[in-house]
Amino acid sequence: MFDDSRPIYRQIAEQIKQDIVSGTLHEEEQVMSTNQYASFYRINPATAQKAFQELVDEGVLYKKRGIGMFVSPGAQASLLAVRRDRFFDEVVVPMIDEARTIGMPIADVLARIRLYCGEDGG
Amino acid sequence: MQIDVKNLRLEYADTVALDGLTLSLPSGGIHGLLGRNGSGKTSLLSILAGFRKQTSGEVLVNGEPVFENARIVRDIALIRESGDTVEGSEKVSEALRYADYLRPNWDADYAGVLLEKFEISAKSKLDSLSRGKQSAVGVMLGLASRAPLTMFDETYLGMDAPSRYLFYDEILQEYMSHPGRTFLLSTHLIDEVSRIFNRVTIIDRGRTLINEDIGTLLARGAALTGPAERVRELTMARRVIGERALGGTKSVMVYDDLDDALRTRARASGVTLEPLDLQDLFVYLTGPTGDGR
Repeated sequence: MFDDSRPIYRQIAEQIKQDIVSGTLHEEEQVMSTNQYASFYRINPATAQKAFQELVDEGVLYKKRGIGMFVSPGAQASLLAVRRDRFFDEVVVPMIDEARTIGMPIADVLARIRLYCGEDGG
Repeated sequence: MQIDVKNLRLEYADTVALDGLTLSLPSGGIHGLLGRNGSGKTSLLSILAGFRKQTSGEVLVNGEPVFENARIVRDIALIRESGDTVEGSEKVSEALRYADYLRPNWDADYAGVLLEKFEISAKSKLDSLSRGKQSAVGVMLGLASRAPLTMFDETYLGMDAPSRYLFYDEILQEYMSHPGRTFLLSTHLIDEVSRIFNRVTIIDRGRTLINEDIGTLLARGAALTGPAERVRELTMARRVIGERALGGTKSVMVYDDLDDALRTRARASGVTLEPLDLQDLFVYLTGPTGDGR
């Protein structure tokens, strides 16, 4: 369920962000409680709490006292903006580096991208 | 229940089981007690439960000494390897009756639910049960005692994996529905249970080696792997707990504050920095080449 290279609370936080980006979790929707997360993943509730706290600090979730945690309005748009910011550094640049390492001409890469997306680039 | 142990010493005829152990654990939580064989786990738990008197040092539970203190001992349950509260020739139902008499917060309904989940008949004689089922009786007695301080001393021996996972799930549920309950679990099965811990205490040779919140503990452990010279530079002033080498590649295990500056420097010099899980940390800290040795 988790990989070992990152702390579990961070993986839970990223999973929740992913659900917001993909639209599985909607804005103003209530997220599962700390205890539900703890039971599901068989982890200490303090670990789940830490994930929620991180998301509250980032403004992705907000707390309604006595009710629970909800997805902040605008969370999807701001998470998408962050992901777009990182896209070139984290996806495109490593791809170009890999293409150079294995001697793949960039023109071939571009041609393949056009083919995959259709000629209009959509 | 808050636990405060200071300079605890326990001597047997010719051995020192606890050698000035000091430890504080907060009330409420699932705490792990780890240590190699003979490190003093069982001695510590026996003293905390009032089963045994220390040679010297202070043991306070909620601020009160434990030994011969009937008022506090009824709120402390220690379950050893298996349910050893009544004779083996007695039935499980006898153990239930005795627990009901002994434990002010005993929950008979919950005990019944647990027996059903672990598939144990109350009519069975304890010594007719398999080792694993005997352990499950111990688990049931500890959980249903609702004792504010409940300690399990390797109470998983002989239990198969599904039963052990049931045990972990039940502890977690109990803690979430009764957040004031304090659980202390000694175990060698570190990997499968570490995620439910709030706090971890590692003891070695009768002393406390580590007593930390699990998040803090895990954040301090890492393996740095890369070109030997780069790794050596990065780890020079760090607390090193283990090393491995493969040709020109070196892995150095550290237990230290891992700041962002170190991470940045590691990345820049082609060294990967990976966290260590609790079992790895335990092995490096207490193993033959460990820091505590």
